[in-house]
Amino acid sequence: MEKNFKSPFGQLAYSVFAWIVGLAIFFPILWMGLTSFKSEIDAVNMPPLFIDFDWTLENYTGILAQSNYFKFAMNSVILSFGSTVIGLLFAVTCAWAMAFNPTKRTKDTLLWMLSTKMMPPVGVLVPIYLVFRDWGLLDSRFGLIMVLFLMNLPIMVWMLYTYFKEIPKDILEAARMDGATLPKEIFFVLLPMAVPGIASTMLLNIILAWNEAFWTLNLTTSDAAPLTAFIASYSSPEGLFWAKLSAASTLAVAPILIVGWFSQKQLVRGLTFGAVK
Amino acid sequence: MSTRASTLAGRVMSAPSIIALFLWMIVPLGMTIYFSFLRYNLLTPGMEEWIGFVNYKFFLTDHAFFASLANTLILVGSVLVITVVGGILVGLMLDQPIFGRGILRILVISPFFIMPTVNALVWKNLLMNPVSGFFAWISMSLGFEPIDWFTQAPLTAIIIMVAWQWLPFATLILLTALQSLDRDQKEAAQMDGAGPIAIFFYITLPHLSRAITVVILIETIFLLTVFAEIFVTTGGGPGLSTTNIAFLVYTQALLQYDVGGASAGGIVAVILANIVAIFLVRLIGKNLDA
Repeated sequence: MEKNFKSPFGQLAYSVFAWIVGLAIFFPILWMGLTSFKSEIDAVNMPPLFIDFDWTLENYTGILAQSNYFKFAMNSVILSFGSTVIGLLFAVTCAWAMAFNPTKRTKDTLLWMLSTKMMPPVGVLVPIYLVFRDWGLLDSRFGLIMVLFLMNLPIMVWMLYTYFKEIPKDILEAARMDGATLPKEIFFVLLPMAVPGIASTMLLNIILAWNEAFWTLNLTTSDAAPLTAFIASYSSPEGLFWAKLSAASTLAVAPILIVGWFSQKQLVRGLTFGAVK
Repeated sequence: MSTRASTLAGRVMSAPSIIALFLWMIVPLGMTIYFSFLRYNLLTPGMEEWIGFVNYKFFLTDHAFFASLANTLILVGSVLVITVVGGILVGLMLDQPIFGRGILRILVISPFFIMPTVNALVWKNLLMNPVSGFFAWISMSLGFEPIDWFTQAPLTAIIIMVAWQWLPFATLILLTALQSLDRDQKEAAQMDGAGPIAIFFYITLPHLSRAITVVILIETIFLLTVFAEIFVTTGGGPGLSTTNIAFLVYTQALLQYDVGGASAGGIVAVILANIVAIFLVRLIGKNLDA
C-alpha cells in the first residue's frame, strides 16, 4: 500500500495519526514503566500523574533488596537458557539430518512434530504432575527445563529446518569432495553459514521459555519458580502495591522485550513455520 | 547427494529429537486416557477403580462444562475477530511511509513479548481498576461512571487483555505479507481506474488470505488454552463467568484433586484442539512443497 504522499504535510499528518495509534497500543507498557518510578501514593493518584510526579527509584531498590527477587530472576535465566541449549543440541542435529538427508518420511515427521505442539497442556497436566510428584521433580529446575525444552523442540526443529534448507547444497558437496569428513562438514562449513538462523531460533526459544506461564505456575512452588510465578504472586490482595508491582513487572519483562525488539523480523518465520515470508 | 554414510548419520542424528517428542506425546497422553476411565481422587488414594465412561458423562453433562465451552468459544472468536481486523488495519497503516516507522513498528509489536502474568496484572490494576485505574479516569473525564470491569464485564475484560497481547502477532504476520505484495499489480489496477477500496478488496485482501488463515489457525491453538490471564485476574469467576475449558480442567485436577474427571476434561480439550489442528497441519503441509 505504498502511497506517495503529494505533500510533506500530508505525510506529516499521517505520521502523527499513526504515532497516536501506535502509542495507544504501546500505552499499557509505557504506563507500567512510568508507574514504576512513582511513590505508592502518586501511583494511585486521581487524576493520573503523567510526568509531573516525584520520580523515585525506591521501588527498584526495594525489590532488588529483597533477596528472593534474584532467586526468581536467576530461575528464569536458568530455565530459559537451559531449555534453549538442550533444545539447540537436539534440534540442530535433527534439522540438519532432515534438510540434507531427507527421506520419504521427512515431511511426515516434520508435520507430526508440529502436531505435538497442538496438544493443549491441560490435556496432559494431570499425568505430568503425578509423574513429577512421584519422581520428586515438582519444583525442580531440572524437571521444568525438560518440560520447556520438549514444549519448544518442534518449533526449533522447524525453524532450523527452514534455515538449513536455504543453504546451498553445492557448498557442502564441494567440501566433501575436498575430503571433509561429516563432523568437519557440519562444524566448519554448515554451522558458520547457519549462525543467523541458529541465533534467531535461540532468541525465539528464550522468549517463549521466559514467558511460559502454564507449566511454571503448575509445577513450581518456590525453589524453581521463575519470574512468571513471582509476578503472579502479586495477584493476591495483600500484594496490591502498584508502584512496586510495576517495578517488578518492568524488571521481569525488560530483558525479553529487548530480545524481542531485535528478533522481531525473524519471528514471523519462526512462528509461522515459514508459511509466511 | 546422499551417500549411505550420510543417510545413516541422518537417521542417527534425527532419532533423539523424534524419540524425545514421541515419549513426550505418547506417555502423558496414554496416561491421561487411562486415568479418564478411573475413579481416581488424590484425596482418597488406593480407591482407584475402573468406571468406564462415567467421568466423561459427568464432565460432559456438568453445567460447568457448557459454561466453560461457551466461554472458550466466545473468547477465541472475539479475540480472533479483533486481532485479524485490527491486524489488517494496523498492518496497512504501518505499510505506509511514516516518520520513524522502524521505531513505531517496534512499539506496536511490543505487547507480544510481555509475559501473560504481567500483562494480566498491569491491565487489572493499573488500567481497569474501577477506583484509580486509567480507564476509570477516562470515563470520569468524559462524564461516565467508571466500569468495574471484573465484576460487570469479566469476560470482556479478559478478551481485551488477550486481544491486546495477540494483536501484535497478527500485525507482524500480516505486515510481512503486505510487504511481499507486488506493486506493479496495484499500479496496473490504479491505471485502470480502481479506487483504494476496490484495490483493497480485489488485490490486497486476496493476497493476504493465506497469511490470515495462518494467523487464525495459530492463534486458535494458543487461545484455546488461555490460562495465566485467568489465573492471575479472576480465578475463573465470578461464578463460572470467565472459566474456560483449560481453567476448568485445572480446577478439577489441582484444586479438587479429581484426577479421573480432570483427565476426561483434558481429553475433551485435546479432541477440540485436534479438530482445529487438522486444518492447520494441512495448510502448513501444502506449503512445505512450495
